[in-house]
Amino acid sequence: MQLSKFIPALAATALMGVASLASAQVKVGLTGAMSGPVALLGQDQYDGFMLAVEQLGGKLGGQAVTVLKEDDQLKPELGNQIVRKLIDKDRVHAIVGLGFSNVVMASVKPIVESGTVAIATNSGASPLAGANCAANVFSTAWPNDGAPEAMGKFMQDKGIKKAYLMAPNYQAGKDMLTGFKRYFKGEIIDEVYTQVGQTDYSAEIAQLQANNPEAVFAFYPGGMGVNFVKQLSQAGLLPKLPVYSVFMVDGTTMPALRDAAVGSVTGMMWDAVLDTPENKKFVQAFETRYKRAPSQYAAAAYDAAQVLDVAFKKVGARVDDKKALAAAVKAAGAEITSVRGPFRFNNNNMPVQNYYAFSVVKEGGKVVTKQLGVALANHGDAYSAKCALK
Amino acid sequence: MSLSLILSQLLNGLQFGVLLFLLAAGLTLVFGIMSFVNLAHGSLYMLGAYFAATAYNHTESFTFAVVAALAGCIVVGMLLERIAVSRLYGRDHLDHVLATFGMMMFFNEMARIIWGVQPYFLPVPEMLSGTVDLLGISYPAYRFAIIVVGLIVAVGAHLLMHKTRLGMLIRAGSVNPQMVGALGVNIKLLNAFLFGLGAALAGLAGVMSGPILSVQVGMGEPVLITTLVVIVIGGIGSVSGAFYAALIVGIVDTMGRAFLPTLLRDMMSREAANAAGPALASMLIYILMAVVLALRPQGLFPARRT
Repeated sequence: MQLSKFIPALAATALMGVASLASAQVKVGLTGAMSGPVALLGQDQYDGFMLAVEQLGGKLGGQAVTVLKEDDQLKPELGNQIVRKLIDKDRVHAIVGLGFSNVVMASVKPIVESGTVAIATNSGASPLAGANCAANVFSTAWPNDGAPEAMGKFMQDKGIKKAYLMAPNYQAGKDMLTGFKRYFKGEIIDEVYTQVGQTDYSAEIAQLQANNPEAVFAFYPGGMGVNFVKQLSQAGLLPKLPVYSVFMVDGTTMPALRDAAVGSVTGMMWDAVLDTPENKKFVQAFETRYKRAPSQYAAAAYDAAQVLDVAFKKVGARVDDKKALAAAVKAAGAEITSVRGPFRFNNNNMPVQNYYAFSVVKEGGKVVTKQLGVALANHGDAYSAKCALK
Repeated sequence: MSLSLILSQLLNGLQFGVLLFLLAAGLTLVFGIMSFVNLAHGSLYMLGAYFAATAYNHTESFTFAVVAALAGCIVVGMLLERIAVSRLYGRDHLDHVLATFGMMMFFNEMARIIWGVQPYFLPVPEMLSGTVDLLGISYPAYRFAIIVVGLIVAVGAHLLMHKTRLGMLIRAGSVNPQMVGALGVNIKLLNAFLFGLGAALAGLAGVMSGPILSVQVGMGEPVLITTLVVIVIGGIGSVSGAFYAALIVGIVDTMGRAFLPTLLRDMMSREAANAAGPALASMLIYILMAVVLALRPQGLFPARRT
C-alpha cells in the first residue's frame, strides 16, 4: 500500500476505534466453541447473534453494543476462566452462548454469584432447569431432553412398537435417551452407547441390522452424525428402516450428507423450513450475509439478541442494575416474535416452545427438509417444578 | 449371536484394518528408516480427503478425486520433507515430536481457513453405492472395495520391499543408513522418495475414508493414535509387521465394540454393562498394546536386523 493512502486509512481506523469506544454503552460477551471439531456450532451462534445486531443498526435496545467473542475450545475449565474474565475484567452486561452443557455447568457458578445475565444458546442442562435454576441464567435454546421427548412422542403417536436406541457414551447421550423414554412407551430392543468421537459405526450398524428393529432413534451431534448417517445409508438401511434423530441431521450436517440424509426424521424446535414471516426473513438474511444455511444454533442466538434488544430497551439507562436486567430479560422472552414460532421463558428460565418433526426429502433434484407436524406444542420441561423461581 | 453377524463383523474389522495398514505402512517407513517421528502423518490423511472432496465437487468424478488426493499428497509430502523435515533428521526424537505436532496444528488451521469449519461432502462412487447380500446381512459394496484396494497395496508393498532394488535399499537403509550412504546411494533422494510414498499412502487412506467418514478438520488425529498403536504392536520399521498388526488391531477393535457390551450383560446388570461395555471396548487395543509391549517389546513382527 502506498504511504499516501496508508496514512488516511490509518487515521480513519483510529478514529473509528475512538468513536466506537466513546459510544459503546452496552457490552455483551459471546462464548462458544469457536475452534476444533464443533467450531461450526460456535461460529453459527456468533453469526446468528451478529446478524440480529447488524439488523438493529449495531445497537441493542437503542444503545450501541460491543460484542466480545470468546473461544472456550469445548473445555470446561477454559469456559470458566472466560466467564470470570468477562465478568470481572470486561464488565459485560450480558453473556450469550455458553457452549456445551459441560462447559455451561463449569461456568455457571461465577455467573450466578455475580448476577450477570447469561443466555445459553446451545444447551439447557437439566440441573439448571431444576433445583439449581437461577434468576439470571436463561436459555433460548432448549432443555437438553426437549427434542428427544418430542421424538419419543412422535414415534409413540406413529404407533411404532419396537425401537432401537443409540447415542454416544456421555451425559448428553444418556439425557437424550432418558428424555426419549419418558414419552415412548413401546418396547426398547436395545440401548447402545458408543465411544464419544467415534468415526466408524460399522460394528454397531451390523448389530443393529441383526436385531431387526421397527425403527431407530439416535443422537449423534456434529461429525459423529455425519459418519453415522452416511454409513447407515451405505449399508442400505435408510430406505428400509425409519431413522428418527435429534441434533444429527440439521443445518450444520446437511451440506456434508446431501442424499445420504434422505428419509430420516428429526425433531427440533426450529428448522430453516419453518413457515413464518420472521423465520423466512431470518433465513434469507443469514444466507445472503454468510453464504450458507443457518442452523438451530444460529436461530437460538438470533433470538437471544432479540431478547436482549427488548430487555435493554426496558431498563434504559439502568443498564448496570443486574436484577432489573434479569427481570427484563425474563419478560422480554414472551414479547419477541421468535423465528421458531411460540416462545416464552418458563418459571425456570428455560424455553417453553413447540417441537416439530421434520423429514429430509428429495424434491426436484434437491435435498430439502419438510415439516411433518408439531410433535409437542408449547412444551416446557420435566424439571420446572423443582425450580424455586416463580 | 449368529454366524452371519460374526462374519460381517469380521469384514468390518478387516476393512478397518486395511485402512489402518495404509496409514501405518507410510508412517513406519519414515519412522523405521529415517528414525523420524512424524505426527503430521494424520494431517496428510486429512489433506488427502480434502483434496479428493474438492476435486470431486468440481468435476463430479471419483477417479479424478483419487488422482487429486494422491498427487496432492505426494507434492505436499515432498515439499514438507524438503522444507522442514529434512532439517530435523539429525535431531532428537523429542524435537521431531514438537516440530511435527506444530505442523499438525498448522495444517488443521490451514484447512479451517481454506475449507471452513463445516464438514465437506464426498459421496460413494456411483458404481459402488449398492450393497452386497451376505448370508442375510447386506454389506456396503464400497467397504468391500476398500478391502480389495488395501490388499492390493499390501501385495504391492511386499513386492516393492522384497523384489526390487529400491526395496533392498530401503531395507538396508533401515538397518544402517550411514553404510548405505557410504556405498554411494543418494540417501537424501531416497528419503524424499520414501516420504512422498508415505504421504501418497496416507492420501489414499484419506480419499477412501472420505465417503464413509465426515471430511473435517482434525479428522487425522484419532486415527493417527490408532496407527501408532499398530506400529508399536507390529514392530517399528516393519511393513509386513504393520500389515499383520493393522489387521489384528482392526479386528480386535471391531469385535470388542460389537460383542463386548453383549458379553458383559451376561455377567452384570444391564445398566452396569451399558456403562462399562463401550468404555472397555475403547480400551481394548491399548490393553493389547500393553500386553505386547510387556511380552515382546520389539513388537510382534519386528524388522529383521541381522
